[in-house]
Amino acid sequence: MSLELVWFILAGAALAAYIVLDGFDLGVGIVHRFVAVTPAERRLTMASIGPVWDGNEVWLLAAGATLLLAFPKLYAVGVGGFYLPVQILLWLYLGRGLGIEMKHHHVGGPLWDELWDSVFSVSSLLIALFLGLALGNVVRGVSFDERGRFFAPLWTDLLPTSEKVGILDVYTLVVGATAAAGLALHGALWLAHRTEGDVAVRSADLAKRLCFATALFAAITSAATLAVQPLVFEVARERPWALLFPAASFAAIAVCWVEVRRRRSERAFFASAAFLVAMFATAAATLYPRLLPSAPGAPSEGITVSNAATTEYALSVGLVWWIPGILLATTYFVRNYRRLPRRLRLEDLEEHQ
Amino acid sequence: MDAFTLHRLHFAFTITYHYLFPQLTMGLGLYIVIFKILQVRRKDEVAGDVARFLSRIFGLNFAMGVVTGLPMEFQFGAGWSRFSEAAGGVIGQTLAMEGVFAFFLESSFLYLLLFGEKRLSPRAHLGAAVLVFLGSWLSGWFIIVTNAWMQHPVGHEVKADGTVILTSLGEYLTNPWAFWQYLHTMLGSVVTASFVVASVGAFYLLSGRHEAHAKKLLSIAVPVGLAACILVAFPAGDAQAKMVAKHQPVTFAAMEGHFHTEDGAGLVLIGQPNMETLTLDNPIVLPRFLSFMTHQRWDTRIEGLTSYDRSRWPDNVPLLYFAYHVMVGLGTIFIGLMSLSALQLFRKRLFQTRILLWGLMLALPLPYIANTAGWLTAELGRQPWLIYDVMRTRDGYTLEVSSGNVLFTLLGYMGLYAVLSLIFFALALRILRAGPEIAPPKGSTAPAGGET
Repeated sequence: MSLELVWFILAGAALAAYIVLDGFDLGVGIVHRFVAVTPAERRLTMASIGPVWDGNEVWLLAAGATLLLAFPKLYAVGVGGFYLPVQILLWLYLGRGLGIEMKHHHVGGPLWDELWDSVFSVSSLLIALFLGLALGNVVRGVSFDERGRFFAPLWTDLLPTSEKVGILDVYTLVVGATAAAGLALHGALWLAHRTEGDVAVRSADLAKRLCFATALFAAITSAATLAVQPLVFEVARERPWALLFPAASFAAIAVCWVEVRRRRSERAFFASAAFLVAMFATAAATLYPRLLPSAPGAPSEGITVSNAATTEYALSVGLVWWIPGILLATTYFVRNYRRLPRRLRLEDLEEHQ
Repeated sequence: MDAFTLHRLHFAFTITYHYLFPQLTMGLGLYIVIFKILQVRRKDEVAGDVARFLSRIFGLNFAMGVVTGLPMEFQFGAGWSRFSEAAGGVIGQTLAMEGVFAFFLESSFLYLLLFGEKRLSPRAHLGAAVLVFLGSWLSGWFIIVTNAWMQHPVGHEVKADGTVILTSLGEYLTNPWAFWQYLHTMLGSVVTASFVVASVGAFYLLSGRHEAHAKKLLSIAVPVGLAACILVAFPAGDAQAKMVAKHQPVTFAAMEGHFHTEDGAGLVLIGQPNMETLTLDNPIVLPRFLSFMTHQRWDTRIEGLTSYDRSRWPDNVPLLYFAYHVMVGLGTIFIGLMSLSALQLFRKRLFQTRILLWGLMLALPLPYIANTAGWLTAELGRQPWLIYDVMRTRDGYTLEVSSGNVLFTLLGYMGLYAVLSLIFFALALRILRAGPEIAPPKGSTAPAGGET
């Protein structure tokens, strides 16, 4: 296995960890206002992610910096080209962090709480949408110029086939909606198996509908991808084993559906995690060895693992500390999650929190 | 304004604002550990209250550091993509190390520090404090190594196409520049934390509230603060200035306001650089001191700015000069204020010396200004280079992003940070009003455990 492939897998794994971990706390944000009604219930949903959301977000930083380390050209051209959505996404993270912090300090009266509940929910929803848009943009590709760079406008004519594509088009919006539904499902299932009482019941009920919506959107996304990205057929011919990933994602969402109906929320939660990972792996396996392909409208080589990777020395010396480091980080996570209360109850909350 | 200037302003604004928070948390982490040790070892419950109180301040500042720090991780690519593409293979190592070794550690144990006190044994809770402290100081190390490499690149090779590749991770991580810069920066952070802790103590004492706690705050912050104020200047600052004199002589001449080559150069105390005449207006100069302080000889020649080609001059000489002199001037005031306070503390009179208490209380913003001025000196001094002698700043910014788009996001950050500042002050005042006499949080949602 080449070093480039090793780093492709490692960076992908860090991103997948981010999607699954921050995914559920983003999802909690999306469903927060629907499944928690009273102020106490809203404190409960917040408390269920309180000890972990910040650490979950660190996976995004770690994955971003890992891409810079291993594939500097991807990081540079990608983040530079997606300048506007990246900055807007950062503002959303900022707003969301602020919302959580303000709820936590519990400063003002009911209006104040209402405001920050909404900031938390809306920013969570928009972040989930943006993450989907990002994936959609990467799968569809971007319009590189003759120097191999690009600047993506927020939208052009909303068509994935145009000569100069934007961040928003009908295809990326479908992927964005899939991500929003999938993360909302993931978050609802977290609440369903990690809290007790009305919040858990409402979350489990909502999860049923979200599971249906997610499966539907995922199917539409798959069909749309076949229409937008011709690479898919090429990959299916060249390495048919890659088809295992989409198959796994549909199996996972089916299992999730069954478990949700049987009200086994914990299993359903792991199924939704598997679904998210399999969807992401499908995209990664389809693209490899490309990291950022060219949009169909104006083909070029795009960014690939070989033209973006740094030197062999840097890649191999990086492995020496990256792998033990990430294993160490994983032990903190396992430890912290193990020690969370199995199910959080309203009575556990502090009066002044 | 052109895109280049706006990109610089964008990075300068977001990083300057961001560093207002870590500069407190890194130093404050040390204080929390000190007070936790007093609590655990001496069963000192006042110290325990103080540690809890400082942890609340830490938590607020940490959260601000996180929300303003996340954008920084992506500014390298967004605004400076040509730099990231050329040098990402080098600086990516330390930026990824920061995530993997420092951020995971901090975020995993901060919650235990803030909410785990009731569920952890006192020793385990101290352990959480130590790990959070360690995480924040590790984070500082990786950032300083990255910056030190831009100031004084080592362990790399420049290829024909301008790409900079890593040739030795060991050399990169043990950059001699990084050692002194790290010491200087971290001590600067301890100075900020010392003034914050002392200022809060003085405030409570002057307003006649929480007297025992106020005295505890002051009796630790003054001696630790005095040590930090001295050490940050000597040996740390002194050694760093010598490194600048050796490796960036143009920068050294500019920040000292030393325009013309002289044997036995004088040390400029005050004066305004006049870029038309290339002299100083209204100068007060200590004759021969610059030569002596830099080379330990009264008559050594020090090259002036005019003996270097103008294309190598830092592009904003007056601002660089003022930033450096503000830092040094404030540093001198800090040593004076802390020395007097330490003397009175030693004579057991500090708590009655109202004028000193007022001084300590009002000094609160000064170390923030000094630290910011210090970073301005480092970053303006590195100009016109992004990587010293390797890549010019002008060659590093993202060409594809138009000036209008940069302005748009810069204004966005300014607006958001204005709101953030208001909220920060409101929350900080709230913590201050609640005071140090608060019960430990029940921490129902905190992960429990005793093996930390």
